Amino acid sequence: MAFISSGYNPEKPMQDRITDIGPQHFSKFLPPVLAKNKGAWDYHEIIEPGILMHVGLSGDKVFTVRAGAARLMSVTNIREICDIADQFCGGHLRFTTRNNVEFMVGTLEEAKALKANLNARKFAGGSFKFPVGGTGAGVTNIVHTQGWVHCHTPATDASGTVKATMDVVFEEFQNMRLPAPVRISMACCLNMCGAVHCSDIAILGIHRKPPILDHENLDNVCEVPLAVAACPTGAIRPTKIEFQGKQVNTVAVKNERCMFCGNCYTMCPAMPLADKDGDGIALMVGGKISNRMTTPKFSKVVVPFIPNEPPRWPTMTKVIKKILDAYAKDARKYERLGDWANRIGWERFFEKCDLEFSAHLIDDFRDPAYYTWRQTTQFKF
Amino acid sequence: MAKHKTPLLDQLESGPWPSFVSDIKQEIEHRYANPKGIDYQIPAECPDDLLGLLELSYVDGETHWKHGGIVGVFGYGGGVIGRYCDQPEKYPGVAHFHTVRVAQPSGMFYKTDFLRQLCDLWELRGSGLTNMHGATGDIVLLGTTTPQLEEIFFELTHKMNNDLGGSGSNLRTPACCLGESRCEYACYDSQELCYQLTQEYQDELHRPAFPYKFKFKFDGCSLGCVASIARSDMSFIGTWRDEIRVDQKAVAAYVGGEIAPNAGAYAGRDWGKFDIKAEVIDRCPSQCIRYEGGKLEINNKECVRCMHCICVMPRALKIGNDRGLSILVGAKAPILDGPQMGSLTIPFIKAEAPYDEIKEFVEATWDWWMEEGKNRERIGETLKRLGFSRLLEVTGTTADPRHVKEPRHNPYIFWKEEEVTGGWNKTIAEYRAKHQR
Repeated sequence: MAFISSGYNPEKPMQDRITDIGPQHFSKFLPPVLAKNKGAWDYHEIIEPGILMHVGLSGDKVFTVRAGAARLMSVTNIREICDIADQFCGGHLRFTTRNNVEFMVGTLEEAKALKANLNARKFAGGSFKFPVGGTGAGVTNIVHTQGWVHCHTPATDASGTVKATMDVVFEEFQNMRLPAPVRISMACCLNMCGAVHCSDIAILGIHRKPPILDHENLDNVCEVPLAVAACPTGAIRPTKIEFQGKQVNTVAVKNERCMFCGNCYTMCPAMPLADKDGDGIALMVGGKISNRMTTPKFSKVVVPFIPNEPPRWPTMTKVIKKILDAYAKDARKYERLGDWANRIGWERFFEKCDLEFSAHLIDDFRDPAYYTWRQTTQFKF
Repeated sequence: MAKHKTPLLDQLESGPWPSFVSDIKQEIEHRYANPKGIDYQIPAECPDDLLGLLELSYVDGETHWKHGGIVGVFGYGGGVIGRYCDQPEKYPGVAHFHTVRVAQPSGMFYKTDFLRQLCDLWELRGSGLTNMHGATGDIVLLGTTTPQLEEIFFELTHKMNNDLGGSGSNLRTPACCLGESRCEYACYDSQELCYQLTQEYQDELHRPAFPYKFKFKFDGCSLGCVASIARSDMSFIGTWRDEIRVDQKAVAAYVGGEIAPNAGAYAGRDWGKFDIKAEVIDRCPSQCIRYEGGKLEINNKECVRCMHCICVMPRALKIGNDRGLSILVGAKAPILDGPQMGSLTIPFIKAEAPYDEIKEFVEATWDWWMEEGKNRERIGETLKRLGFSRLLEVTGTTADPRHVKEPRHNPYIFWKEEEVTGGWNKTIAEYRAKHQR
């Protein structure tokens, strides 16, 4: 390998340096029909799963074909997306917040041809490359985090749990037959860089073992006061111990106070808490973002722990399917999963979803906990 | 040929959903075949070693990425995340595997020439693997080495006219819905406001000076496609304050079954004939719609703009004309003090260029948080610690019943001395003059 210079001169880093320019203005990328009708759209229709039609006040129409994709994507895959956009869409495309790809064309015929084209593309391993769907009252793509692919704090993998889940609920991606949209999200630790705490179904990686203390290195790689301050329950205190005949500054952890949030590890690399048996999945349900009919809601923990079962997490996907099926069968039209659970009552939710309730599901963290207990004699037998 | 056996990951190649394993494998093959004869600036084997390392995690049930590592480009305090694997001897291709965050255009619209340029850059100087996109919205380039960082930045800025995104205790890359470019529900130009605030606050984005991370997200309406109310420290959500526009003829067409309800979003199941009473009138949260004698009437004064009726009958009901946005502050995921959603702070503000009023609010909020916020304290937590009223005070916002779901449950009011007649300086002698011990 010979080093290829971009033109950057390390001797003079400020020479010709361009900074603080931000992203390009979006108007450079808009398809012409969108630029023309911007701010003047009249209505839209979902023609069939994965095909949307937007109609402008001008009478112009644009047809969007939405396809699922893995968020972890190679440049080879992106180039194939570009080839498709060049062939069908004049070189324009977009990605959605939920990692779908959208291709926009001028007529329904083109949209249908494009849908067939996309659905015909398969990876060598057999899976779809760009399955069309993800619209209306169904399951769309899962937003997720890095997991074991590229993160230092995960309690599970993200790409794998997502692939396994989407395989199991795939029919709902291609259909629009649920009572309302179901948004599934995945975060591989409590940091939730994907902020899954307001999802219909949230898959969350959790730890269950307290941090392992690397006494030999702790004082060299961490600020002890920061590690102490990182603990929300005050379980960590500074201490001195004898290690290999030397006095070292380190920390002590009151294990019974640990809530396994991992915040100490974020602050101090000498306190790892990943462990094959300790780590796994919690499932949360009933959150939403939209203000439609009811106000936005947090997701609630309904399954406290499922072991990691790579590569396909069969117990987890089975429980997710069970919840989704119970909801699909019982909820009213337009009713989101959390609204359904609220209407029938959570005691019924556990019954209908065939889930076990345990003390782990009763909140005991600070003030908000009280507001989740039942201060009424209204309940169902 | 891939050098690692990956029997567990191979099982993720079957099934219908796009397999990231198959995609990485096609990149492995492409990289070894190297049809364009590229002089890769980081090891050709990095996707191969990434898959191998991931297989090891699938066996071990634990991650193999080390904690942190401070790397970056000159003059910026964010945009690059240092990453090193803990098995560098076995997986040398990913021994150093830093992430580069690239600022995405508003609404994630692209032209293929831009994406192809990005692919060429990332094939030459990185692993060839990306996230389209990361959770905050950036284009995420996964895996390169330290010597490539300045080269990547130079090419991005000089050849692609594009900047890095944010990371660390700074303004994170703002994100928005597609807004007015393809949505009739958009109540303001979320893309333009996102772009303008991104440009205005480049310094805050690249040079960490905050107590902790700070996210802006822009939703064009209350349906919230970018989840700003849950995911952003400052959430901008479009709304209107006049009347929902009604087309009675189109209402009749929905009632008569000529137009599918909810834009066809429920077409996959037979829900029976459209019933305007059951599906719209009775589901209105503020009970402000009436349908009598074939005419739909909305008592707009009582409407809370949840948009359900508009979603069910998008051709008959349209958002109002006097549009703007609401600003909510303090959303975050559970770390550390439990999850929070944004709390309504500015019920309505116009969103028109040059957005001076919005910027004033942003800056007043930041000034306060930078003064009062503790290290690694999100603004939502600062609000919980010091009280929501403090935010109103520092931003010059008048308290309003819209700020609360209900008034406080306790009488522990932090009265200020100037609010109380006579102040707090009464001496014990003055008191004793009327009251014996």
